[in-house]
Amino acid sequence: MDDLVGRFLNGERRALARIISRVENETAEGREYLRALFPHSGKTHTVGITGGPGSGKSTLTGALAAEYRRRGKRVGIVAVDPSSPFSQGAILGDRIRMQDLALDEGVYVRSMASRGALGGLAPTIDDVVSIMDAFGFDYVLIETVGAGQDEVEIAGTALTTILVNNPGTGDDIQALKAGIIEIADILVVNKADHPGADLLVSQLQALLSLAPAGARRPPILKTTAIKGEGLEKLAGSIVAHREHLVSSGGLDRARAIDARHQVLAIARAILLEKIRRSYPEAELEALVQRVAARELDPHTAAEELAGAVS
Amino acid sequence: MSAPTAAKIRVLIAKPGLDGHDRGAKVVARALRDGGCEVIYTGIRQTPEMIAEAALQEDVDVVGLSILSGAHLELFPRVVAELKKRGVSDVVLFCGGIIPEEDTKALEGLGFSAIFRPGTNTQDIVKFVYEHVQK
Ligand SMILES: Nc1nc2c(ncn2[C@@H]2O[C@H](COP(=O)(O)OP(=O)(O)O)[C@@H](O)[C@H]2O)c(=O)[nH]1
Ligand SMILES: [Mg+2]
Repeated sequence: MDDLVGRFLNGERRALARIISRVENETAEGREYLRALFPHSGKTHTVGITGGPGSGKSTLTGALAAEYRRRGKRVGIVAVDPSSPFSQGAILGDRIRMQDLALDEGVYVRSMASRGALGGLAPTIDDVVSIMDAFGFDYVLIETVGAGQDEVEIAGTALTTILVNNPGTGDDIQALKAGIIEIADILVVNKADHPGADLLVSQLQALLSLAPAGARRPPILKTTAIKGEGLEKLAGSIVAHREHLVSSGGLDRARAIDARHQVLAIARAILLEKIRRSYPEAELEALVQRVAARELDPHTAAEELAGAVS
Repeated sequence: MSAPTAAKIRVLIAKPGLDGHDRGAKVVARALRDGGCEVIYTGIRQTPEMIAEAALQEDVDVVGLSILSGAHLELFPRVVAELKKRGVSDVVLFCGGIIPEEDTKALEGLGFSAIFRPGTNTQDIVKFVYEHVQK
């Protein structure tokens, strides 16, 4: 490995940016960086920001980061936008809403394309967040694609998940349908400068009152992200959620679940790679053709394939 | 591990200066996306410092500057200087917009590998990017 790790540990942002690229491209080198930097991670608090398109996720992310800066905290931001299924290219435009932080040394913003991952994140999101964690940010904020689908995966990546809603759009009903409300640790009614904010707050309250007794009720907060209003309360609410996680044992549980998912996902990838290496492409193609011709069922074919390494 | 997602060319499209028209920049951004690049678009009214900082944080391979205001000979050297200051010295630079022929030499001297003027076929820009970046 080059001196990138040394420069990274020295706090050089260019080294951070370069290492993230290698990790994002899933290179062998990237995996070495992940190994080398792992001991330095585990301290950051990760916050996911999800919600429908145009709900103000990017603006809110920027405003929350600004609030953290006022509190003297260092912040990393990962903003995910969709890759085109046709060209695999992407336009990543979330930075437009985070201009106030553009020259702040305590903030690092990285745009990521979803690269085919469903669920609002990117295939390497956990690894990229772990690299940012190792860099020493107090908070890492993760903005999901926000396609209006059930982007529930963010709950497995972030310790605190914020669901952004807007008044007067019918999105409240949308949130119910998607069942996404269950993953929210904090509900935000953004664009509180628009009419109907209080109505939406009471609708959400009514909805949450149906939750089983004893379950934690996510707080509902109003923000006007473009004016930076409501961010102090939001930041305080995130601290309270972390404290709740620590005292309830939820933090340890979340870590154990994440570790299990991560290890299994990596093991799955390693096994698949091994299979691909020991099963010649021509034979794989022949096998697949037999399935396509319906001479063989896919389960038998997959067992045959997996048998190559057992 | 899993079949690695092929590395993507990352391009920053930025509009320095005060003119507020970004139609051209957006057309270029879309063409590059359709050509398979990951394009970071930062919007209008970017200072040279902001552009260089975004290039650093996003670890881009290419920076494309779009300008209509005529201030390119004033702003572009400052962008190049800010990039250098941050150690971002290996990016491919191109620019587009209203840029008189007589400024070509000066911009080449600054390190711009191509200048795309109004009427350019966007496919030429995509081709340019793929010819100048190894991934
Ligand atoms: N009125 C109002 N507009 C907002 C607020 N927050 C964001 N916006 C606007 O909503 C639009 C979408 O914001 P953006 O942050 O890009 O949303 P995203 O797609 O969820 O990331 C932009 O035009 C923002 O300026 C707010 O609190 N009030
Ligand atoms: Mg956004």
